[in-house]
Amino acid sequence: MMAQMSTVTRRDPDARGYFGEFGGRFVPETLVEPIEALERAYLAARDDVRFVAELDRLLKDYVGRPTPVSDAARLSQAFGGARVFLKREDLAHTGAHKINNALGQALLASRMGKRRIVAETGAGQHGVATATACALLGLECHVYMGAEDMDRQALNVFRMRLLGAEVRRVDAGSRTLKDAINEAMRDWVTNVDETYYLLGSVLGPHPYPLMVREFQSVIGREARVQIVELAGRLPDAIVACVGGGSNAMGMFDAFLDDRDVRLIGVEAGGEQIVRGRHAARFAGGSAGVLQGTRTFILQDEDGNIELTHSISAGLDYAAIGPEHAWLRAMGRAEYAYVSDADALEAFQSLARLEGILPALESAHAIAYTRRLANELGPSAIVLVNLSGRGDKDVQTVEKSLAEK
Amino acid sequence: MSRITDTFGRLRAEGRTGLVTYTTAGDPDLPRSAEILKALDRAGADVLEVGVPFSDPLADGPVIQRASERALASGGSLRASLSLVARVRPRVSAPIVVFSYVNPLLRMGVAAFAKEAASAGVDGVLALDLPIEEAEEFRETLAASGLDTIFLLSPTTSEARIGKAAAMGRGFLYGISRLGVTGARDQVASGAEALVRRIRAHTSMPIALGFGISSPEHVAEVGGYADAAVVGSALVSLIAEESHSPRLAERVEEYVRWLKGGSAGASSPEPLGAADAASNSAGGGAPRA
Repeated sequence: MMAQMSTVTRRDPDARGYFGEFGGRFVPETLVEPIEALERAYLAARDDVRFVAELDRLLKDYVGRPTPVSDAARLSQAFGGARVFLKREDLAHTGAHKINNALGQALLASRMGKRRIVAETGAGQHGVATATACALLGLECHVYMGAEDMDRQALNVFRMRLLGAEVRRVDAGSRTLKDAINEAMRDWVTNVDETYYLLGSVLGPHPYPLMVREFQSVIGREARVQIVELAGRLPDAIVACVGGGSNAMGMFDAFLDDRDVRLIGVEAGGEQIVRGRHAARFAGGSAGVLQGTRTFILQDEDGNIELTHSISAGLDYAAIGPEHAWLRAMGRAEYAYVSDADALEAFQSLARLEGILPALESAHAIAYTRRLANELGPSAIVLVNLSGRGDKDVQTVEKSLAEK
Repeated sequence: MSRITDTFGRLRAEGRTGLVTYTTAGDPDLPRSAEILKALDRAGADVLEVGVPFSDPLADGPVIQRASERALASGGSLRASLSLVARVRPRVSAPIVVFSYVNPLLRMGVAAFAKEAASAGVDGVLALDLPIEEAEEFRETLAASGLDTIFLLSPTTSEARIGKAAAMGRGFLYGISRLGVTGARDQVASGAEALVRRIRAHTSMPIALGFGISSPEHVAEVGGYADAAVVGSALVSLIAEESHSPRLAERVEEYVRWLKGGSAGASSPEPLGAADAASNSAGGGAPRA
């Protein structure tokens, strides 16, 4: 079931870290050589059978992989169209796909002799995953988190602290994920000799978009086998939510050559597609550079980054991973958005119909699937990446429902 | 020959240490920013770096982050920064370097930016998050408009990349004396001199050294091995502290005269107050001992 990383056909960006015209490495001078060292270390590690075997072992024995694919029969019936299957990343240890990448990078940090880890987190899932990996491997862990996110993801803040991480509150800017990344990068640039920056999505300077995608691509490799076993064929469409886009890239990667499989990323439509009230980069954004990479970003006419909004902290970010921008430009993947209200409704539907509380991030993928299932009709198969569980969001949902 | 090259040539001929100042365009507002630039020039600053405010200044410490926020709140932007330069250019003899994150430049379009910057009277450009590897076309576009592209070099920069920066850079090279974000410190970093010597092995281009400069002693120390010292956060702290004072520009002028060694008969200003030290503490050091 678990394909080895080294046996998979590689789609590396070019030598400068570009996927087409997106990607690259836009960092302050102090970070250039440390990032080059990171790239060399990563490229050596992925070719080292011992590293790959150790990660595969942890994914199996510690994370509980492979995660199953579930036939969501009652949800499919309620949606009244295509047959919907769910890839259950919510069942991975710590409750989301983030652990796949956190363990991979924490192993890499150990291999590089770096004992101090810094990370950013939005919804808190990457922070929890990083704190977990650091506890397992005996590494020091500092997680930067926006003040607004700390308030709306209080449960995850406490979880990180229980796991021995130091959570650092970020009060700058929009007080969300973007500002947490700024602060993590400031820490990294200051303590670069002993510190490893464990970035949580397919964002940032090369090699992060490549490395995080490869650590997450276990999702799609498993799912591609599982869906054929369960449904007898490949799906007609795959749907995944996209903040930075790591769960989506992890899922899409194994299906890129399956030209008949539509790949659909779902962004956060927030309240509406009006400046500052959403996080749909492809709906309201344009090409630019943010936090080390050239991609689609939400920016004003002066090139300043716009505020974003989403009910889901993990999707509330002004840039999308550069490989997504490239897949869209090539026409290989499509992108849509879903409003806060529709995501909230999908959250409740999945809970009542399938007994699964999805993360609000993943609820965006479910909400879009409702539309798509109708459009495709009953003979179609849709595979949704259920990227995380929703326990962390229960209070947000309770508050939102009370306000209705 | 560019105004920057002229200036450093003159400094070397006279055996003086240059002083490069950084202020954020639009901090505390655009009219007073203009007054500050003129005051810096009167005080004898040798190169004026004009910082373009940006929403996500990830290489900056808290002092310059706050300056960026104040400038954005008062209407600062890349366009406003260029208008500011155009306005003060006739009254300022020092070369002017635009110091920016790359995204505002890309948003305007590098070719359009180069044209507008040149016509505003800008002499050089430093894009903080545009490393050498990404800068080839950028540099050529700027050079076509007569603008110098200035590169940063850090203690982590390898010999090979110092060589590339020396080959690609024009005007001067900007050495940063320590790892980390911008911010004033009590002492010049111990590795600063070693960095300058490493750069010297590759080029005779002038070298300015920054990150942490906040006293005449620092400037003198840096003058022992580099062509110029850069003062940023300490000056920006003073502007923040004096932003409500009608004597803001005067205080800036006094401060720069003091940094330059009390030349031209200026009296030493009062040490920066407690409020300033507090505003700097998150950046890891007081502005001045």
